[in-house]
Amino acid sequence: MNTLHSARGKRGFFLVLTGLCVWLLLAACSLSCARKEKTDSDEARSGAAGAPFKVGLVFDVGGRGDKSFNDSAYRGLVRAKEELGVSFEYIEPGEGSDRASALRLMAKGDARVVFGIGFLFTDDITQTAKEFPDKKFACVDYTVTDAGGIPANLVALKFREEEGSFLIGAIAALKSKTGKLGFVGGMKIPLIKKFEAGYVAGATYVRPDVKVLVSYAGVTDNAFKNPSKGKELALTQYSKGADVIFHASGSTGLGVFEAARERGKLAIGVDSDQYAEAPGYILTSMIKDVDVAVLETIRAAMNGTFEGGVRTLGLKEGGINYVYDDNNKALIGEDVRAAVETLKQKIISGEIVVPST
Amino acid sequence: MNRTDTDFDATPETGAARQAGSVLLLKLGGTLGVPLVALAAAFGAGALFIAAIGQDPGAVYARLLGGTFGDFYGFGQVLFKATPLIFSGLAVALAFKAGLFNIGAEGQLYVGAFSTAWVGFTLTGLPGVVLVPLCILAGALGGAAWGIIPGYLKARFGTHEVINTIMLNFIAIALTGYLVTHVYFIPETIHTPRVAAQAQIPRLEQFWPAFRGSPVNVSLFLALAAAALVYVFLWRTKQGFELRALGLNPWAAEYGGVGVASGIVMAMALSGGLAGLVGVDFVMGYKYYYEQGFSAGVGFMGIAVALLGRNHPLGVVLAALLFGALSYGGLVINSVVPKELVEILQAIVIVAVIVGTNLFGALAVSLKKRSLK
Repeated sequence: MNTLHSARGKRGFFLVLTGLCVWLLLAACSLSCARKEKTDSDEARSGAAGAPFKVGLVFDVGGRGDKSFNDSAYRGLVRAKEELGVSFEYIEPGEGSDRASALRLMAKGDARVVFGIGFLFTDDITQTAKEFPDKKFACVDYTVTDAGGIPANLVALKFREEEGSFLIGAIAALKSKTGKLGFVGGMKIPLIKKFEAGYVAGATYVRPDVKVLVSYAGVTDNAFKNPSKGKELALTQYSKGADVIFHASGSTGLGVFEAARERGKLAIGVDSDQYAEAPGYILTSMIKDVDVAVLETIRAAMNGTFEGGVRTLGLKEGGINYVYDDNNKALIGEDVRAAVETLKQKIISGEIVVPST
Repeated sequence: MNRTDTDFDATPETGAARQAGSVLLLKLGGTLGVPLVALAAAFGAGALFIAAIGQDPGAVYARLLGGTFGDFYGFGQVLFKATPLIFSGLAVALAFKAGLFNIGAEGQLYVGAFSTAWVGFTLTGLPGVVLVPLCILAGALGGAAWGIIPGYLKARFGTHEVINTIMLNFIAIALTGYLVTHVYFIPETIHTPRVAAQAQIPRLEQFWPAFRGSPVNVSLFLALAAAALVYVFLWRTKQGFELRALGLNPWAAEYGGVGVASGIVMAMALSGGLAGLVGVDFVMGYKYYYEQGFSAGVGFMGIAVALLGRNHPLGVVLAALLFGALSYGGLVINSVVPKELVEILQAIVIVAVIVGTNLFGALAVSLKKRSLK
């Protein structure tokens, strides 16, 4: 009887459900597209008309507006447009299966260089590069594996994040009052482990008794776009006594900043200068100059000096840095700045070798 | 009714026939015309949005059309996008016909696709003639198993399938996510190992070089075959008739001797099985591995496809093609307009078609009443 009763298909009920489902569907779609800002003008999107050299770029899961990794890549495009006069197009694929289509779409069009932003592109961009040997490809954070080489028309842009994280760890340890630091990572993968390893090494180098609390937001790519999870993890770390937290977690880190503001504690940004996200609470940011890597790759392709293979950027090459400017001068202080600069020189000279695992 | 014999006789036969004819015409117009009118209306409304962000709607639509139906590659991409939607659309439509609202296609296809991949990368010693059908079967069974759970819960305890299928979606996505990132783990990726070479099915470009570069593959034909089978099952078999009776009126169906509980379980199993076949396209024909987050809402989109296709297999195929075109077209025009705009377009299409259908339905009913007077 019960079965019969609930099996009755009422028209109104189904219509409401239909509405609910369409809403769910759209909500699911917009989750991946949320936090995007498409305010730039027509011209900035497609580049100046008639420009000879065209660049295509496909963004990572977080998409534009993550105030971090993807935005840094976008700055590289804008700089290339201003400094080199290229035109560009970009695509923000929502989820998995669109990555390969988006790359192929760019390669099939008139783009001469195609960028994939993020390690998730590794398999797709290798495949696409093989299919379009006359186009140039570049992948930021490409995962280099032993099996199968990198095609000659593909450059893997990698960073020694551990070097910058080392300096960040030193700053955090020197500024901490409690002697406890926090680290919030995005997806638990070797790439993010590099941030953690450098951070812990730098902190213990200047202050051997320091304690570092480590948490990760998850094991799927969703961990890079989950601010509420970031806030939850950061609040827990602050409650346990940490007073400075470094995040390497894409837009998940926006939640870390919110926790810092709420608790009146300090947080450290990643990839881009994130000071503006929570002014007064962002001690510094570890800069990963994805924009420089993008710009230089475009320049090389224009000049005919493009070379496939792995290109690694660290402190020495200027691909990694930390923020010290008018905004956070007072937060960091002259003495800490001097100490960190000494460490930086030691890393560049090879006196300090920073672990990456 | 104050009808006299003379009144009755006075109504000419031809008049009734004409009325019946116009009802039929209206029905036909409702089936084919309404979606087309709705489509035109949706694109008209979309043009306003495009103009609002300072773009030329004509240029954007030209690009959309050129990128999707302008060349074989684009058309291949449309077919590629439509393939999984046919499966998920059929899954939802079949359940609909039995009076069940399967919102769990997303979860069912995750489980199905993972099962397909698991068989593909585990039983690598088997020859292709055995492994390919086995992988397909694994997908169907995985999805069916995930569909049977809410089906059984409904048949046995009367718990509503909507809640259970939604909850099972979360479980399926988390479960497969755990398996991919912990058990069958490849560092720095979110996918499983590759399936054996003999488990990979051919792409259409191998037969028609014009499709070169597009991952559209022979699973498209499996999808079309599935649509034909669903039609035959629902309208040409006893079980199919019973399921439809169940969907129309469960009390009457039970009175007529239909097993309600077994019918519900069977409908959910078949529905889940159809959804589970999505993995054949993605795993065996496209990436050759299972990737976390591969579906991007194909299961939910199936609800819209089924509705738009009026829960008829042929309608589902056509609706899937439309959504495939919109989905790939969205990517094509993404470099000019925000992707959200395409989502707005899709939403307008669905709303317009549902509203249009109901309006036409009401009109047809009133005409029918008049012809019976």
